[in-house]
Amino acid sequence: MDKLKLAIIGLGKMGLSHLSIAGAHSEVSIVGVCDTSKIVIDFLKKFTPFECFSDYKKMIESSKPHAVILAVPTKFHYEMIADLLQKKIHVFSEKPLTTHPTEATHLTQLANQFEVVNQVGYHNQFLGTFIEMKRLINNGTIGTIQHFTGEAYGPVITKSNESTWRSNASEGGGCLMDYASHVIDLINGSIGVITKTHGFLLKKIYSTNVEDAVYGLLELSSGVTGVLSVNWSDETYRKMTTRITINGSNGKIICDATELKVFLKNSIEMEGYSKGWNIKTVGALQEPVDFYLRGEEYSAQLDYFIKAALKKVPNTINTFEQAAHTDRAIQLIQSSN
Amino acid sequence: MDRILFGDNQFFGVNHISDEKSRQQLVHFKNDEAIIEVLDLAIQEGVNTFMCTTYARIGNICSHVKSNPEKYADFKIFPCMPYAHKYANAVTELGMVGAVKSYLPGNMVGTMLKGGWAFLSKDYLKLMEVLVDAEMKMFEGVSTPIIFLQNVVTDMLLGLQAGEVLAAFHQYVKKRYNAEAGFITMNLPLLSKTLDGLGIEQPIICTSFNKEGFRMSGGVKAYEEVLAAKKCRVIAMQIFGGGFIPAKEAVAYVSSFTEIESILFGASSHGNIKATTSWIREMSLANNKTKSLPNEQSKL
Repeated sequence: MDKLKLAIIGLGKMGLSHLSIAGAHSEVSIVGVCDTSKIVIDFLKKFTPFECFSDYKKMIESSKPHAVILAVPTKFHYEMIADLLQKKIHVFSEKPLTTHPTEATHLTQLANQFEVVNQVGYHNQFLGTFIEMKRLINNGTIGTIQHFTGEAYGPVITKSNESTWRSNASEGGGCLMDYASHVIDLINGSIGVITKTHGFLLKKIYSTNVEDAVYGLLELSSGVTGVLSVNWSDETYRKMTTRITINGSNGKIICDATELKVFLKNSIEMEGYSKGWNIKTVGALQEPVDFYLRGEEYSAQLDYFIKAALKKVPNTINTFEQAAHTDRAIQLIQSSN
Repeated sequence: MDRILFGDNQFFGVNHISDEKSRQQLVHFKNDEAIIEVLDLAIQEGVNTFMCTTYARIGNICSHVKSNPEKYADFKIFPCMPYAHKYANAVTELGMVGAVKSYLPGNMVGTMLKGGWAFLSKDYLKLMEVLVDAEMKMFEGVSTPIIFLQNVVTDMLLGLQAGEVLAAFHQYVKKRYNAEAGFITMNLPLLSKTLDGLGIEQPIICTSFNKEGFRMSGGVKAYEEVLAAKKCRVIAMQIFGGGFIPAKEAVAYVSSFTEIESILFGASSHGNIKATTSWIREMSLANNKTKSLPNEQSKL
């Protein structure tokens, strides 16, 4: 069987991680890697077998990939993705999809028009705990949803510094675009699409140009409301910790990357769940992966993209269309502030 | 290598199944004395090797060890570097170049200002050596016969097909620290094949090994085949599968493989340390498959 010819644009932290995972994938042939940083490209030229480029257009022209992983600053996404889609190249883009929802909508249209596989790197949707949480919600396990809380905390910016694109809002930096987008996407994908926002606070803690914390109320199309609470300047967390809590008429779900806790008021007909507290760990819920780098979810999302591009699975998880909902919610939060 | 190695995850709130448990552990081990107390309990149970990530606080443990040379005469540390989240957060905050600069020793920054950065950035292996030295500083005066590369770096390089860097690490720790290199991985079959291809004989590989196949990429069968091929010296870690395999069952499974040279585990209470160490010894002996008795040490 022919391998998927894959190229990667942008070799920062995420790009290198994707390259490593894709590099070890048995159904992939890496046909080109591209970055403007000389230090990274020189390293890859010297130690890896990959063909290196500093101009992505030249790479596409010369290496003719079937699919591209894009991990450049968000402000470049729209133009580059539009270009790739028109060339009928499957695109996996890092999150968030764009800096403006109209651009995300347009990219969704283009992806549909040119019938290419499109996916965005909201990796939480490939975590066993969050997948199970979504299944429980859809099955009505905890009854009618009354309230939810979406949270993420971590130690990204813990002192004053303004030196990278992440500290520039117009480039897609800031806690809202970076950390909060993950939580927003989980809410959109698991509970319901966010259509209104109330009383949002975008707080600066150490940064001067962007927010370090995002607090406010969200309203879904179903009318259900909940709280969003995200802070990337919280040193009490060793690494990014994302948590969703949902109160329903028949109980409660508390879910993070490692553990799914379910409280049921009344027993339901469902394997492995009974009245009272039920606790499941990621070890029991996560599907194994063929190559592990930094969490099964990172490998699983690329494996899914690769298989979708090879037409082995449908392209239905983390599509541009779903990511556009998240970009829209981000804009609602920005404009309500 | 000793048959039993003591790990450090419990001291630093690294818990693969529960964030809540992780917080309780952080509270419990807030003071270095609490860590030392548990290390002493492990030593009391005959476990003399501590395998730990290069967190800043390990420096305090090293100071304690150095100031009590008699008590810790047989004590060894296997450093595992780097502490990846430290670097990952720095990359997010400062960018790739800024992060590297921020972790170089002070005198290197001076060199860079004089134009040395351009030189250094071309010589990646030299840069690796400088970073290894920076991480190793706190272990001066402590016995560190094996120095490990953390899985996130090993596996990143593995996926990038940059095996040459793994080989360079292997050579450097031998040359500079007279130590054996160890590689932590979540991808034993691929790593073993890669290191074999690089001509590294009998590399020390620390990898997840448990009956449920948790974090064993490629599956249990592929891992068992690597053991059978006897091309590497394996340390089994995550033997409890992240915590959901009953302890005795977990120990029975890993103890049944003669080819597994060492077993790594961590625990906070004397009861758990005592139970796990005695199970490992009993089951290893019962299988009559260990090459050395629990407290005997190989050349390292």
